[in-house]
Amino acid sequence: MCVFTAFLLFLGYGFDRFYIGDGEFLHPFGTLAAFAVGSVSAFSSYYSGDRAVLFSAGAVPIDRALSAASTEADTLKLRQLDNVVEEMSIAAGLPKPKVYVVPDPDPNAFATGRDADHASIAVTRGLLDAVTRDELQGVVAHELSHVRNLDIRLMTVIAAMVGTMALLSDWTGRGLRRGSGVGGSRRGRNKDKGGGAIILLVIWIVAILLAPLVGQMLAMMVSRRREYLADASGAELTRNPLALARALEKIEHAHAPTVAVKRGTAHLCIADPLGRAVGQRQGWVPDLLASHPPMATRITALRQMGFQA
Amino acid sequence: MTWIVFGVVVVVAIWAIVLYNRLIGLRNQVLNGWRQIDVQLKRRHDLIPNLVNTVRGAMEFERDTLTQVMEARARAVSATGPADAARKEGELSQALGRLFAVAENYPTLRANDNVKMLQEELTSTENKVGFARQFYNDIATSFNTAQQTFPSNMFASMLGFTPAELFEISDAAERHVPAVDLSMRK
Repeated sequence: MCVFTAFLLFLGYGFDRFYIGDGEFLHPFGTLAAFAVGSVSAFSSYYSGDRAVLFSAGAVPIDRALSAASTEADTLKLRQLDNVVEEMSIAAGLPKPKVYVVPDPDPNAFATGRDADHASIAVTRGLLDAVTRDELQGVVAHELSHVRNLDIRLMTVIAAMVGTMALLSDWTGRGLRRGSGVGGSRRGRNKDKGGGAIILLVIWIVAILLAPLVGQMLAMMVSRRREYLADASGAELTRNPLALARALEKIEHAHAPTVAVKRGTAHLCIADPLGRAVGQRQGWVPDLLASHPPMATRITALRQMGFQA
Repeated sequence: MTWIVFGVVVVVAIWAIVLYNRLIGLRNQVLNGWRQIDVQLKRRHDLIPNLVNTVRGAMEFERDTLTQVMEARARAVSATGPADAARKEGELSQALGRLFAVAENYPTLRANDNVKMLQEELTSTENKVGFARQFYNDIATSFNTAQQTFPSNMFASMLGFTPAELFEISDAAERHVPAVDLSMRK
């Protein structure tokens, strides 16, 4: 988070110094304007985003799923899901979140909602069919941990910052093409030591051009870290890390793209719903761009918690 | 010079206020956590007569086990004081365990969906009691840690906070893994 904020401040400082400021006073109009615009879109998603995500995934509230259940086995599984969510919310000391079922045959789960009082957990049909009660408990504990650790709030703030960076980059690009903005700073530059200012300008231009890419990479890195944290917090709730490890193995084994979950909410799921091959391999490319850590590493970490690896 | 002293006093006061509020919040969560265990235990009391009635018809030969469960429940409901309640709830858990084990001998019972649903409800209730106790111990540990770490430990007892007791098994016999006898005895 600190790296993120520092990078953003650096971009904003350069923008204001070279484009708007006249060398003596730093008018942070550019940074503030970009931040305001970037924040409005991100924080509007903060308040209504969970409804949007659930709607786009076609999630059905569990009451409706129970009344529409056709077989006794189906009813039993749905009751187990409901009971498991309630057990985990007792273990976490949080209010019980709303439970949803997503009609997708691929096993996956996600949590959404800005804090514990407004949280929802959704689980696909594929997951209900694939895992046992203990493993389902592990998955639900992982999702509830995302809520408990306020990951949704964190990713919203990061989305605001990435948006701000994208805007600053965009405005700079326009300014460079027009050529007028940089000229405006020449008057101010007489007051600076000439060499230092030019080097700073060059570094800053490189940074601003790479800003969207760097921002995305930093956001993905935060997302991966929080996935490990949610695994560990989930194991803390159930005191049964091996069950979650088995569930992750089953999910990885059966994994086809979860079509119900769209790209924007991929980071909320327990397994990458886009089924991208980049997440499966090791190396520095997936390390930078994948929203989820490699499944093998997660399973190993959980087994180590259970003293079996 | 007086400004520096004044500033230090203000900082310490703010820190003490933050500490106090945090300890109050934790203590209330500890008290709530303790009561939540009672909520789950009561739920179990209410659910057991349903279970016994559902299986009574099919399990006529196990009248002893069923009677033991109902009697253990009655004793647990009328327990006096936390130590007594803890022991009686433990006995009720053991009686339920025996009932589950014996029910394995009845294939028709196992296939009956009503029984499966009720078994799931009872399993869930046992889990909830367990998780309520787990949460109580976790939050009591957080509370104790917040009081005992430096520099809070200098002020915590002055502000009137005492360490909370963790939930533990009072009866040593309960620590043994219960023997489950699945032999067909008729």
